[in-house]
Amino acid sequence: MTEQLHGLYVRDLRVSFDGFTAVDGVSLDVAPGDIRFLIGPNGAGKTTLVDAVTGLVKATGSVRFGDRELLGRPVHRISRLGVGRTFQTSTVFEELTVLQNLDIAAGARRGWATLLRRRHGVPDEVAEALEVIGLASRADQLAGTLAHGQKQWLEIGMLLVQDARLLLLDEPVAGMSHEERDATGQLLEQVSRDRTVVVIEHDMDFLRRFARTVTVLHAGKVLSEGTVAQVQADPRVQEVYLGHPVDAGTAPTATEA
Amino acid sequence: MTTVARDPVTAADPTPPAAKPAAGPSRHRFRAVAGFAFGAALLFAVAPLLLSDFRLSLLAKYLCVAMVAIGIGLAWGRGGMLALGQGVFFGLGGYAMAMHLKLADAGPGNMPDFMLLYGQLDELPLWWRPFASPWFALPATVLLPMAVAFVLGSLVFRRRVRGAYFAILSQALAAAMVILLIGQQGTTGGTNGLTDIQGFFGYDLDDPVNQRMVYFIIAGTLLALLALTRHLMQSRYGELLVAVRDGEERVRFLGYDPATVKLVAYVVAAGMAGLAGALFVPAVGIISPAMIGIVPSIEFVIGVAIGGRATLLGPVLGAVAVAWARTALSERFPGTWTYLQGLLFVVVVAFLPGGLASLVGLLRRGDGERRPGWLRRSRRTEAEAS
Amino acid sequence: MTVLIGQLFTGVSIGAVLLLIALGLALTFGQMGVINMAHGEFIMAGAYTTFVLQQVITAAGWSLLIALPVAFVVAGAMGVLLEILLIRRLYARPLDTLLVTWGVSLILQQLARDIFGSPNVQTRAPELLTGNIALPGGITVANNRLFILALAGGAVVALTVALRVTPLGRRIRAVVQNRDLAAVSGIATARVDRMTFFIGSGLAGIAGVALTLLGPIGPTMGTNLIIDAFLVVVVGGIGQLKGTVIVAFALGVLQASGEYLTTLSVAKVMVFVAIVAFLQWRPQGMFTLRTRSLA
Repeated sequence: MTEQLHGLYVRDLRVSFDGFTAVDGVSLDVAPGDIRFLIGPNGAGKTTLVDAVTGLVKATGSVRFGDRELLGRPVHRISRLGVGRTFQTSTVFEELTVLQNLDIAAGARRGWATLLRRRHGVPDEVAEALEVIGLASRADQLAGTLAHGQKQWLEIGMLLVQDARLLLLDEPVAGMSHEERDATGQLLEQVSRDRTVVVIEHDMDFLRRFARTVTVLHAGKVLSEGTVAQVQADPRVQEVYLGHPVDAGTAPTATEA
Repeated sequence: MTTVARDPVTAADPTPPAAKPAAGPSRHRFRAVAGFAFGAALLFAVAPLLLSDFRLSLLAKYLCVAMVAIGIGLAWGRGGMLALGQGVFFGLGGYAMAMHLKLADAGPGNMPDFMLLYGQLDELPLWWRPFASPWFALPATVLLPMAVAFVLGSLVFRRRVRGAYFAILSQALAAAMVILLIGQQGTTGGTNGLTDIQGFFGYDLDDPVNQRMVYFIIAGTLLALLALTRHLMQSRYGELLVAVRDGEERVRFLGYDPATVKLVAYVVAAGMAGLAGALFVPAVGIISPAMIGIVPSIEFVIGVAIGGRATLLGPVLGAVAVAWARTALSERFPGTWTYLQGLLFVVVVAFLPGGLASLVGLLRRGDGERRPGWLRRSRRTEAEAS
Repeated sequence: MTVLIGQLFTGVSIGAVLLLIALGLALTFGQMGVINMAHGEFIMAGAYTTFVLQQVITAAGWSLLIALPVAFVVAGAMGVLLEILLIRRLYARPLDTLLVTWGVSLILQQLARDIFGSPNVQTRAPELLTGNIALPGGITVANNRLFILALAGGAVVALTVALRVTPLGRRIRAVVQNRDLAAVSGIATARVDRMTFFIGSGLAGIAGVALTLLGPIGPTMGTNLIIDAFLVVVVGGIGQLKGTVIVAFALGVLQASGEYLTTLSVAKVMVFVAIVAFLQWRPQGMFTLRTRSLA
């Protein structure tokens, strides 16, 4: 894993559905190796932004990962450039085992000759990911029988074997216990050593502990950006979350956590 | 690299991971080989010994239906594509074979009997001519259906037309093909189809010995298709196909193009249906629009549904059982059969969606059935998928 | 020019039939997402209702008029029964619904065979609808075709009004747009589903009455209609009626001109090719309610 780290560079991104503008001219830079949290009230355009970056919705403007332009490419091509994402609801393949899930994620670069053969043993990158996400003992279990938190880790593990260099995670710790959240946060810190991570998250406690930088979106626009402390001190952020400025720190938690 | 996730769930939840029967690859292989040996013995020794010539030729016909069913099992059971128009591919294979055999029956330079009968044509139509050569006609029985499936599939899957939309389009294709065949009576035989096929590469099809030979060819082909499908299902591709069925978008985000994954299964299924149609012709001596239209196309599906759509053997056994029941009942009580067929469809699909194969699994495991993934999806995602 | 207008009218009248048989589906498939293959047999039920009524009421005009509401209720009741017994359990499995309802359609066909016999039967058309009207420019138009056109138009208007202004229509639209929200807002979604199904199936009955004017009535008449009807709704796009209306007439005109230039069978294939080509451009149909595509 010596591949070079890349950053994500979004310029004047716009997405509209039938006249409604969900993302309205967003520009933001995520430095290589950053853990960037995207926060904002419901409807701020967080998920739509990720949808646009990964090619799920049409958008105008520019999205570059490293020096590659992503906009205009189909979803699976963007994925092959090293962009991986998870969804709010976990979307592992429940009818397949943990091992099969990871093996499929590892396989997009495989040729047809490999695809048409049977899998023998466990590929190295899959074994490694199984260790990292702590599911090695459950490799042969059907993914549908995993607990909620484990499914989320499996998803992250799939991004790892997919060799995604940019991880876009949509609410990865929603519904997790405290222990699971801590484990997930440490997992993120570990993977960000050679990857760039963008997290959509409502959990402010989780954000304070693991975010390196934060972007606040509101009504499809960037409202504020900076470190956790900078963003929390921003009166505009407090205004959006509570309607009027209040003590820094408690503001977002009240409505979002 | 340290392992961070401590798996706290295990602490809270003492139940061990679902114990899977530890079937190593060698045991799998042994069971497969034993299964195929058993199937071969049944088809090649027991059936020819026990069954009369008439019954054996009926079985040959059922096995052709079973070949179509294997393909539907792959495309629908594993790939989630409800192919309601497999009759089209069955028909393409059947007509390609029948055209060749008709031309061979007529002899070089002559026209098939029905063309002379309708008397609209002075000479053989251009598109009939290549079928005079077995080197063209035989590959065409498989490649022609595959080509049609490729064109339709790549147009349709790439634009993410799926679920019910795909089912309806494939059915509409069957309707269009039948109307076209009937409309072009002078060159296709119209409603009657291509009938009264006498010879099969120099062998007289009226001779029971040759009928037996046709049966053996069909039985061998069926086993070969089963082996091929088993391999496909167990390969990485097979796993990927299930993944596409259960989460097409997710697969896309892993860097695959789901359209290609689905296309392969659909084209393979079409090829199997074509081969089945081609072998059906010497076994039965006729191919007609009534055998390939909407109704027969959907009847191919019923055997698959009853046997168990996502299994390897379920579709085969289901197809043979349904075809046999149809013959047994429809001769004596035609109305009763239709009621029964309708009821079977309703009861099995609504209340036993895993087919009879799920009953077997239930008995074997005895631990209650886990609902397959295609049953567990929410209403919302289903609506969006269709 | 006359030929052109004549063909255009032929197309429009084919379109009117397509519209009538597809309108009910636009409701049950388009709004509820239920693929009901027995819809064709509901059309058949409407046709046989007309036939039976004519045995009782011999005046063809009256029996036709009375058949319209009666067929609506008969087919609608069949639809509700089907919804309650089967479809309700299968809402999460649309493809399985297709197969189950196909089984139902087989049973209904056989039932028709056992009750009315396999051979087709014929109704007498009212005097008023048998002739032709000569329009200026040397075009003649069959009265029964005009009647069907008017009936289709009337059904569309009535359905649109019902969906727009009645409380039931508002509930139907609410359930379509957001089932969960509608449920928590106090709408009995199960009852709304049943009413939607009643109206959609009832419209099939009305289509059946209209079809008695054009040809014989037989146990398998539904099979031939159902695919055309589904194609209209698929191409029109689900969730909105205007797509169904436009596409029904567009396909009608396309088929009429195809038939004029070639033959009926080639025209059918042309229509199919046109539909696949159209779906390349608009895979979700002509009109669609756009939502975020993956949740």
